[in-house]
Amino acid sequence: MLGFLINMALKNALRHRLRACLTLAGLTIAILAFGLLSTVVTAWYAGADAASDKRLVTRSAISLAFSLPISYAEQIRAVDGVTSVAWANWFGGVYINERNFFPQFGVSAASYLPLYPEFVLDEAQKATFLRDRQGCVAGRKLAARYGWKVGDTIPIRGSIYPGTYNFVLRGIYTGRDADTNEEQFFFHWELLNERIKKIYPKRGDSTGVFVVGIKDAGDAALVSQRIDAMYHNSVAETLTETEKSFQLGFVAMLSTVVLAIQVVSYVVIVIIMAVMANTMAMAARERTSEYATLKALGFAPSIVGWLILLESVLLCVVGGALGIAATFPAVWVFRHLLDGIFPTFNVATGTLWQQAAGALVISLVAAAVPMWQSMRVRIVDGLRAVG
Amino acid sequence: MKIPLTYVWRNMVKRRLTTTLTAGGMALVVFVFATVLMMRAGLEQTLADTGSPANIVAIRKGAQTEVQSGVYRADAAIIESDPNVALDGKGQRLASREVDVLISLPRRGSGQKSNVVVRGTGAAGLAIRPQVHVIAGRLFRPGSSEVMVGRSIAEGFAGVQIGSTLRFGRRDWLVVGEFDAGRTGFNSEVWGDTEQMMQAFRRISYSAVVFRMQEPDSYVATIARLDGDQRLSAEYKRETQFYADQSKAMSTFIGWLGIALSIVFSLGAIIGAMITMYAAVSNRVGEIGALRALGFPRRSVMTAFLAESLALSLVGGVAGLVPASFMQLLSVSTMNFQTFSELAFSFTLTPGIVLASLIFALVMGLVGGFLPAVRASRMKIVDALRAA
Repeated sequence: MLGFLINMALKNALRHRLRACLTLAGLTIAILAFGLLSTVVTAWYAGADAASDKRLVTRSAISLAFSLPISYAEQIRAVDGVTSVAWANWFGGVYINERNFFPQFGVSAASYLPLYPEFVLDEAQKATFLRDRQGCVAGRKLAARYGWKVGDTIPIRGSIYPGTYNFVLRGIYTGRDADTNEEQFFFHWELLNERIKKIYPKRGDSTGVFVVGIKDAGDAALVSQRIDAMYHNSVAETLTETEKSFQLGFVAMLSTVVLAIQVVSYVVIVIIMAVMANTMAMAARERTSEYATLKALGFAPSIVGWLILLESVLLCVVGGALGIAATFPAVWVFRHLLDGIFPTFNVATGTLWQQAAGALVISLVAAAVPMWQSMRVRIVDGLRAVG
Repeated sequence: MKIPLTYVWRNMVKRRLTTTLTAGGMALVVFVFATVLMMRAGLEQTLADTGSPANIVAIRKGAQTEVQSGVYRADAAIIESDPNVALDGKGQRLASREVDVLISLPRRGSGQKSNVVVRGTGAAGLAIRPQVHVIAGRLFRPGSSEVMVGRSIAEGFAGVQIGSTLRFGRRDWLVVGEFDAGRTGFNSEVWGDTEQMMQAFRRISYSAVVFRMQEPDSYVATIARLDGDQRLSAEYKRETQFYADQSKAMSTFIGWLGIALSIVFSLGAIIGAMITMYAAVSNRVGEIGALRALGFPRRSVMTAFLAESLALSLVGGVAGLVPASFMQLLSVSTMNFQTFSELAFSFTLTPGIVLASLIFALVMGLVGGFLPAVRASRMKIVDALRAA
């Protein structure tokens, strides 16, 4: 019986080839667009997802725009549960012009790199970088974008710290995991510090954040409290949190944008729901007399309902599958188009499930009204109806 | 000879469900299209209105925002002594030495922290920004740890109501007032006394010097004169330009996002229109034959079907614009990534956006209805009449 129903539904779906093709195209585009938008949302959270739970970030309690004295490093290192301390300072410089944005950090290289095992750097390159105070290290994607090779000089104009800095590229790191950020740029904090002291004699010896390695991820909250308690009511109070919540803080600041993209991704589903419902409504309307005939032959009204539902589901399964299949090449294209905006841009498994669920919901909603109407219509009225 | 428009109208009314669904799909696309444009317009207008063309902002050379900048006291004094700096009624120079820092405050509701600009200013700063009005409480007293908060901050953030205190720079700052600066970025700031902020944040330099010009028209000469002064290493911009530059990255981002979304979504709506119009044609083969037999030329048939598609899209366009116009009541608060601080702005509907949305809808109708209309017009009279 089920085989017969599916066969009938398939034949019905293909009766208007053109309409079926157009509907499928619409469904494919919608499921694809939904997938892409979900992937964009995932990409916002990539930094947080890639964060290690064995790293804490200590920064000024006022806001990230304030720096902390470098003397804190040794004091934090002595805190119970802390294994290592490194620091990083946002540089915010401009490479050639404002369009070429990428994050640059002045880091305490010798202690910073061991804290980030996911940045894989050749040992020889690492050694030359550590020896050269003018040296810098860039991520693979970043180096590829600007065609940098090891040994190149990279001039960067400071916006927070005035002056032009000529860095020499000493190494290119690759990401250990798929979601590792390969768009970052590191140089020696010591170089930055020297220049700051030269221009502003009263400043210097400070950094934006401390990255704290801890022994046990379960102690994160306790260690954070211990660190912050040390500086409570001091000139530079600290705020320590896990790297994940530090990253989530950035996402939260842009939460409105993320929310808008999420809302819009559901709108596209609703748009195509209207298109699909229209297709089903037209099909059912044209076949009113056929369905009446089926009923007259003794088929239960539910059989008519099943026919319509199956037709809708068939279309959505095919359209949804095409859309999901197209997501992968589309994401690949977008990853190259959006180069530099999102450090990582990968399809999450959850996205695929949501796409499938979206297609299913479209099929059910689209079939609902035509099913109800066709099941309810009286045989006499149905037979009398003209297309 | 033309086919009367009532024919088109009646067809649409007859097939109510299909008309509603197709126009509804288009309405959603137009809604998204219009709201994105409104968001961009709101952002640009907010930052353009923040500045006054008669004011000049001086920040350190190379700094892109006030927060990054530093202007030493000596330099500030030199800038203030420029001959084009306006005087107030008492002969005081209308130049404001300002400190801008970021503090993080929890948002109302979610409690998530976001960066807010705290601006240290003074009497001159208030005088050169007449758009700032205190709407509740009072102004901060000079030389005290008092602050007043912008309207958007008062609405969007927790713990900033009058009478409460904000803790930053090792001090408790008493909130004594709430101000409204119209649709400007100042609404997303907290204002207090410059010298108090300098002390609290242990700064030795101001962030910016903002002054009102005596003769706003000679701003080019003023900037050239200041640029020529060897003692200074600042850069100067008209306040309007300064704030407009700060919206560039964000508005480009919203613009591209909007274009990409609109193109993809409109494909869905065009397909919807096509399905509907093809069905309209195939359901009415007999009618088309009859019309042609009555002497209506091919072109009239084509026009009638195109008109139906266009009417459908126009209904969709209007249906999308109505809810979009209600979005004007809402305001968005998010981080401007150029300044790394919170900025509130509202959706702004301009006549240009209304026109663009309707044209966008009509283009969807035209593209979707064209092929079906061609099919209708190409039918042979005999075949069409026989098919019925």
